[in-house]
Amino acid sequence: MEYLRAFLVGGLICVICQILIDKTALTPARILTGCVVTGVVFGAIGIYPRLVDWAGAGATVPLTGFGNLLAEGTRKAVDKDGLLGALTGPLSAAAGGITAAVLFGTLAALIFPSREK
Amino acid sequence: MTSLHRGKQSMVFPNRPVVTAWASVVGKKEGDGPLGKAFDLVIPDGKYGEKTWEQAETHFQKAAMELLLEKVGQEIPAPELVFSGDLLNQCVGSSYALRGSGLPALGLYGACSTMAEGLLLAGAAVNAGYVQQAAALSSSHFAAAERQYRFPLAYGGQRTPTAQWTVTGAGAILASAEGDGPVLTGATVGTVEDKGITDANNMGAAMAWAAYRTIRANLEDLSRSPEDYDQIVTGDLGSLGSDMVREFFAADGIRLGARYTDCGVLIYDPQTQDVHCGGSGAGCSASVLAAQLLPALAAGQWKRILFCGTGALLSPTTVQQKRSIPAICHAVAIER
Repeated sequence: MEYLRAFLVGGLICVICQILIDKTALTPARILTGCVVTGVVFGAIGIYPRLVDWAGAGATVPLTGFGNLLAEGTRKAVDKDGLLGALTGPLSAAAGGITAAVLFGTLAALIFPSREK
Repeated sequence: MTSLHRGKQSMVFPNRPVVTAWASVVGKKEGDGPLGKAFDLVIPDGKYGEKTWEQAETHFQKAAMELLLEKVGQEIPAPELVFSGDLLNQCVGSSYALRGSGLPALGLYGACSTMAEGLLLAGAAVNAGYVQQAAALSSSHFAAAERQYRFPLAYGGQRTPTAQWTVTGAGAILASAEGDGPVLTGATVGTVEDKGITDANNMGAAMAWAAYRTIRANLEDLSRSPEDYDQIVTGDLGSLGSDMVREFFAADGIRLGARYTDCGVLIYDPQTQDVHCGGSGAGCSASVLAAQLLPALAAGQWKRILFCGTGALLSPTTVQQKRSIPAICHAVAIER
């Protein structure tokens, strides 16, 4: 059952993004950063964590989940270090994800040369 | 000296320069398309054995030029002047292709209208007697163009439904003072038009208005109607852009019908090849002209066509600065 929920929520987020590609002139970069910002907002007001509880990876894997992570990390750091936490929190919470993206992206680029479709 | 200028934007070539040779070299997707068998050479490897996409594009252009020179051979003399252009920054595709060839070279930039621009200049140069043989050369490459105008392939961005697929290919055309073949009888130089389109993924729309303006100018300047042409062919408006041209003419009470088509629509099969709105790129009109339009004229299938190369005059910088996309269309009348 949890697989189905993950599939549906993850898929739905992607469908929304595809609709934005098809129907608007937004570039992929803007859509993706829009996802992150949406995740931050919904994470900050406490809604996104509930979606994560319900849909698991379907909510954490899409980029909105990354935004949620940033919000969560900021909240924790502010609780611990006060206002300084607003600066240190987001990136330290996202460190694993960002490093993984850079690492796997570089590896992929080294191993697989780009080709036309 | 009698004026060769007609109306506001057109010129006639009373000495009737002859198109004596042509050559086209394209990539795999183009070879798989409806015109696949018509191209002189199909190269399945997108990199054409080179390390980078840009070097590949130079190779495509060089190959087209070499094929043209081969066809020229004994009977037709070699070009004395080459007009060449492409879509890469600073037109390096062309410069590197002509490097070492010993051919007097004039570089051009008309975006995807480069072949029409080169052909009309070659016709004008031969008509005026500056040279006896002048060549027009142009190319584009899908991967190099994506990196140039939008995002590199490795970025993995999704293509929009209005996007067109930049043709990987090159065309080379020779205009001669004498010989046998289709004849260049006149041309209309386009004006830079801007309809306020800002989406770099929707260039058909940006160029459609320029195409309409130039075709109208050609008809007015030469006192012609669409029926005077067996075919009016635009360079790369794609399915969306060509529909818009039909609408513009329909608003004037002119029904273009089957007389009007577009190289971007001709070069790919929309059902089996996932190209969204069709082909684009400087190599699109160049290769289709060489593979389909000129042979059809030579074979007597048509008597007179209007070849209208269309170009979107944007740069990545202007798009990032949110400026709209200006466009231009140049038309060349070719007859048998």
